[in-house]
Amino acid sequence: MSAAPRMNMIQAINSAMDVMMERDDQVVVMGEDVGYFGGVFRATAGLQAKYGKTRAFDTPITEIGIIGVAIGMGAYGLRPVPEIQFADYIYPALDQLVSEAARLRYRSNGDFTAPITVRSPYGGGIFGGQTHSQSPEGIFTHVSGIKTVIPSTPYDAKGLLIAAIEDNDPVLFLEPKRIYNGPFDGHYDRPAKNWTAHPASEVPTGYYRVELGKAATVREGEAVTILCYGTMVHVVAATIEELGVDAEIIDLRTLVPLDIEAIEASVKKTGRCMIVHEATRTSGFGAELSALVQERCFYHLEAPIARVTGFDTPYPHSLEWAYFPGPVRIREALNKLLKD
Amino acid sequence: MTVDAPRANLPPLSLHVPEPRFRPGDEADFSDLVVPPAGAARRPDTAEPADRFHELAYGLVRVLDDAGNAVGPWDPRLDAEAKRKMLRSMALTRAFDERMFRAQRQGKTSFYMKSTGEEAVSVAAALAMAGDDMCFPSYRQQGILITRGYPLVEMMNQIYSNRGDPLQGRQLPIMYSSKETGFFSISGNLATQYPQAVGWAMASAARGDTRIAATWCGEGSTAEGDFHSALTFATVYRAPVIFNVVNNQWAISSFSGFAGAEATTFAARAIGYGIAGLRVDGNDALAVYAATQWAAERARTNQGPTLIEHFTYRAEGHSTSDDPSAYRSAGEPNAWPLGDPIRRLKDHLIGLGEWDEERHAAMDLELAETVKRAQKEAEKNGILGHGMHQPFETMFEGVFEEMPWHLKEQSDQMIAERKAAGI
Repeated sequence: MSAAPRMNMIQAINSAMDVMMERDDQVVVMGEDVGYFGGVFRATAGLQAKYGKTRAFDTPITEIGIIGVAIGMGAYGLRPVPEIQFADYIYPALDQLVSEAARLRYRSNGDFTAPITVRSPYGGGIFGGQTHSQSPEGIFTHVSGIKTVIPSTPYDAKGLLIAAIEDNDPVLFLEPKRIYNGPFDGHYDRPAKNWTAHPASEVPTGYYRVELGKAATVREGEAVTILCYGTMVHVVAATIEELGVDAEIIDLRTLVPLDIEAIEASVKKTGRCMIVHEATRTSGFGAELSALVQERCFYHLEAPIARVTGFDTPYPHSLEWAYFPGPVRIREALNKLLKD
Repeated sequence: MTVDAPRANLPPLSLHVPEPRFRPGDEADFSDLVVPPAGAARRPDTAEPADRFHELAYGLVRVLDDAGNAVGPWDPRLDAEAKRKMLRSMALTRAFDERMFRAQRQGKTSFYMKSTGEEAVSVAAALAMAGDDMCFPSYRQQGILITRGYPLVEMMNQIYSNRGDPLQGRQLPIMYSSKETGFFSISGNLATQYPQAVGWAMASAARGDTRIAATWCGEGSTAEGDFHSALTFATVYRAPVIFNVVNNQWAISSFSGFAGAEATTFAARAIGYGIAGLRVDGNDALAVYAATQWAAERARTNQGPTLIEHFTYRAEGHSTSDDPSAYRSAGEPNAWPLGDPIRRLKDHLIGLGEWDEERHAAMDLELAETVKRAQKEAEKNGILGHGMHQPFETMFEGVFEEMPWHLKEQSDQMIAERKAAGI
């Protein structure tokens, strides 16, 4: 048996949609520039040519409409996978996501559901300025009735996206665009790496699932538990490697529903917990993680829980790397946490 | 507030804030409202391009004239039996509304919304569509469910949030949902159903189905972004969908001017999108039927969407939580020049010799009895009461297909807290 081909995250995401469109003719993809052109990040490249214009199509530039239409298609019986071109553009669709998709099953007592998967690139590190860099996951994890998934590798991206498309509830699938083409160690001034050397770039061409709600232990360790997701998984891994810290790194992969068992077991083992995310700090998902760890692991904690996050400012353009919770900030926080 | 104008030689700007013509205490007088005569509007072929009949977005399609005759090219030429059925559905809707409004006042439920004066908009439309066409209604189209034969008892169970409630007490009264009846779950957030209807219609077209979709919103909600997104999507993909704007003049206390009615009609919104726009006498059931039938044929033959403005009047309050006497003239409903939809169809049938006052009175009596019986039946399942009909833990069901751990934990916590508190 030959080894699975190497894919970057874009190719893996594309492959997930390809596999699902092949398997289930109710799956449709739609969004701004996703049809003929194949998406500004090329995630839907080739799908229109293969499956036709009624299954992979461009949409008008109206996020309210994209999500509203996807909900209606879902009510008909389709399984839409709408793309919001940048997560920064998702706000016009907030009402359709929060009040409609997320609540349709509940309010109709299961009469109607919204089996939609909203894909959207998120996060900074690409000099995208304040409107192409945000991490809005915390807005959605606060909403009942919607699942939030964030992959950190090509293998996970494909398996999680397939599981998300097959899920009968609405899923927000946030794609860390900084690592579309390669893992990122947080050193913006070093040459970019591609995925080829990373083991998780071996991606089977066919169907497989990575179940939602299951975290991955990226590295086992004894000194501290670091909870992270998306781009930050790689930044954290590279940083602790450089520091030689025996940290346990948990890649959450799904924020809702959260793998609380994995978190609890790890923190109880290490006695220390650090949370790293790119999103703004106040009411960010780290606040929820911090509360959960405190509620469950208080008597195992040897130091206060540490958070390394984006600052509570808009994402600045020229000062992007001061804002980004990179190696320097992780190192300083880690040193303090391990000293306490 | 005064400001020092930088260019004092220019006239000062002034801000126009719309004001309705009549406020409490004013005498309502609509005599200068231009009401085109019945039968005057042209009826284009359903395949005619939308830019050939812009005048229909500014006029008023009317079939029933002041004497109760059905006239002109839009007369749908229904037989008497079909018209009696239409009349009966409208009368049943009104009887249902009366009864449920009273039930709310008696404290049996929290909320109700009547459709008095607007019955034609939903009943005639439902009759003009196929039974399996999909409706994405707003909150005042109970006439669709009633016309399609959805059980009154089920509607009441929902209104009472009782143990028979198909929605398990989760939704505000009247926010029905019935997939089986082709009636989408009502949201309560305004105009969200508009793009959803387009999506459903697009899916139907993409799958080579024959069913079409229709949706309703009030004139006030046309200001929502969802409305404009929906019209854009619909024109782009020529979606088989009928957009109904129920212009009942009032959005709670805001008159239609706050949605732009001082400057143009709501049907004319269609023109900018390049879709067919019809402005219809919404109190003329035959005109509503004809316009819907026309739009349905257009949609079903891949000619794309139609926007129908139903020019009508909200004869009562917005809901049981509203008191219109606080913001509009009490005389408005009676002064409304387009009359009452039930009375107009009734007069028409009487004029044809197909109906009479005695039969009408007997029908009203019978329908009141029907509603009363249904109410008795529904009340066997209980009336609104906290924790009476749905076990507390059902609150956590149906958020997701499978309950995740955090909801299970919260459910357990609630049960434990209640137990500890001895309740």
